[in-house]
Amino acid sequence: MNAFCKHFVAALAALAGSAFLTIATASSAVAQTPLPPSVPADTLMKPVSPQKAPSADGFIQRWMILEPIPANALTQNAVQAEVKKEYFPDQFTVIPNDGDKVSVGSSELTWHAEDTKNYNLDLYQFARALGKETTNVLFWAVTIVNAPQEMHDVRLAIGSNAASVWWVNGEEVIGIYGDRQTVIDDGVSKRLMLKKGPNIIRAAIVNGGGATDFCARFLDSDDKPLKGFTATVGEIHK
Amino acid sequence: MRPTNYGSVKYAFLATIALTSIAFALDGQIGIHDPSTVVQCNGKFYVYGTGSSALVSDDGWTWRRGVSPPRRGLAPDVIHIGERYYMYIAANIGAQPKAAVNMIWSKTLDPDSPDYKWEEGGVVASSDGVEESNAIDPGVFLDPTTGRLWLVYGSYFGYIRLVELDPKTGKRLNPKDQPRNLAINCEASDMIFHDGWYYLLATHGSCCRGADSGYNIRVGRSRKVTGPFLDEQGVDMIQGGGKQLIGSGGHEVGPGHFGLLDLRDGVQKFSMHWEADMDRGGASVLDIRPLLWKDGWPVAGENVKEGTYEFQSVRTDTSLELAVEGVPVGGRQTRGPRPAGAPRPAGAGPGGATAPGGAGAPGASAGPGGGQGMFGGTGAPIPPQDVTQVSKNWPTGSVDVRMANYLCQAQQKWTITPVPNAGGYLGSPYFKITIAGTNRALSVSNDAELVVVPTFTGSPEQLWRFDQLADGTWRIMPKAVPNSTQMLALSAIGSSFATLEKFDPKSDKQRWLLKTP
Repeated sequence: MNAFCKHFVAALAALAGSAFLTIATASSAVAQTPLPPSVPADTLMKPVSPQKAPSADGFIQRWMILEPIPANALTQNAVQAEVKKEYFPDQFTVIPNDGDKVSVGSSELTWHAEDTKNYNLDLYQFARALGKETTNVLFWAVTIVNAPQEMHDVRLAIGSNAASVWWVNGEEVIGIYGDRQTVIDDGVSKRLMLKKGPNIIRAAIVNGGGATDFCARFLDSDDKPLKGFTATVGEIHK
Repeated sequence: MRPTNYGSVKYAFLATIALTSIAFALDGQIGIHDPSTVVQCNGKFYVYGTGSSALVSDDGWTWRRGVSPPRRGLAPDVIHIGERYYMYIAANIGAQPKAAVNMIWSKTLDPDSPDYKWEEGGVVASSDGVEESNAIDPGVFLDPTTGRLWLVYGSYFGYIRLVELDPKTGKRLNPKDQPRNLAINCEASDMIFHDGWYYLLATHGSCCRGADSGYNIRVGRSRKVTGPFLDEQGVDMIQGGGKQLIGSGGHEVGPGHFGLLDLRDGVQKFSMHWEADMDRGGASVLDIRPLLWKDGWPVAGENVKEGTYEFQSVRTDTSLELAVEGVPVGGRQTRGPRPAGAPRPAGAGPGGATAPGGAGAPGASAGPGGGQGMFGGTGAPIPPQDVTQVSKNWPTGSVDVRMANYLCQAQQKWTITPVPNAGGYLGSPYFKITIAGTNRALSVSNDAELVVVPTFTGSPEQLWRFDQLADGTWRIMPKAVPNSTQMLALSAIGSSFATLEKFDPKSDKQRWLLKTP
């Protein structure tokens, strides 16, 4: 979400006192109120099954998420530069396990296995529940899509708040930039092939401020949601 | 209104017009009068006119002289049914309006084929010179709902008439049946069917007077093939009604002799002639235009024109752009009021007052363009973005395309330019699509995805056709897709990307608006 808008609208409302702006401020203010870390994210849960089929609409609902890394970039070139920095070893190849820790600068960050109940995965709630920063941060997300056979001419289709870059089996396939909201199928890759067996999906999501989340699914050659695969992550610690 | 020496004037039009290298309308030898419907045979397009004139084209854009049919006459029409091409062609058989429509048929229109042989089919309609009809200007129509075949004919001197033909032979189904009167005060009639309605197209006004010709094509519609055909005002065409489909415009005068070209997938065009094309010395020439539909009525579209456009997706409302980092027009503005003494964004014109530090509040604005406050602008017009400047930061090689909100930026403006000697399609030449002010050309990659290459080379995957669809939007297709024989169309996918996909007439994914940036 556009953090500036929230703050600026509040300022305008204070100055102008118009009814419209007051209403806008009131609704925004709710989202700005930080909840204590002890309140868990009610849309997220620790995976309890070895694998997870996509949702009815094809959305991948199991991901391994790394705690946020400070980052400040939204425009295309800046995001590209930011996500290409080496924050931790093997960041473009690692298949992390739940609870694995990496050192980024002076911080030690932890990977978390998460199932989302929704089409999207709410990174704001994920970070907030951990007492982590949600503004000017970079999230890494990894999942494994297990295809029962080769799947040709499929497309990865994602939405993210805000900018994000995506890789399938190590190849960069999507980049969307700017301070944007999550829209289903906002960014769509070119046609690609899922090989039989595990395929690694990796994403870097950069948030400027406010809400942050993402959604991802595959589309078949008719642009219909792809089914028939499962999502897994690395080893899950209960 | 009615030219007194019409028949002889039609016959007199025999001059061959060989004009080439004209960027607009059709190309090549397109001189013709009273053209038939354009018909496709073995991959070529054929059209026949008054006085044994015949044109042929390999692509529908560049035309050359064809082989005349054996029967010389007036304003023929042609239809393909089964294994036969039927030609209906009229002739005066005495003093006007004594005339007859004859039918001839052949298995092919290709003179190089061993099957090319015209057979006489006899008279299918006639006028005796006394009755209120002039049996010329035939238009043949196969009813898609019943399979019945009909012929309309007539030219002033009374009524446009309807008779039924036998679709198995092309001959009159029952010669004893009396013709039905459908319209008056017109000629060059034809009939089409669309969405439950029969449409009678006819040409009003005078022909054969060059730039002084009043020809214009009008239309009425009916739920029955036998009429009555009313215009949008409810006036029956038999009382002179008719909604204008196309009249004179631009440098062209006197459209007449409508013929439908249904390309399927919701793409329709129509053929006609101009009585006088000023760019061709006032000659009568063939033209092909898109046929659109609005509120149940046919509307004449226009072939795409050279120019610079924003390509906006009907599906997403976002615009096609080169996938590079955009530079805001006028420079990037910080959010909130500029600090005191802060420089204006790049591109701000001279003379604008620098906003004081406290001028950011909305109430401090001096109004649109006033140059003060956060919403006051720069105080001077902001010029269009200079592509030579902003493109310095673009990659030099091939770059992907994507969809984005239109922000007047250089990577969002595309120039459409006809490509000489590259052929074309029905009504238009092929075009190149380049980022305005550059030679970066939209192309197709080996995996059938869109890419912008650094330089236009003229290869088939860099040549594009624009077909205007029934709703006025555009279908955009490359001439060829590498490693594929499929015809694919520019398609929005998701909200922010574009690709090539098989055209789906039921979807808006492949419908584009060409907007003036």
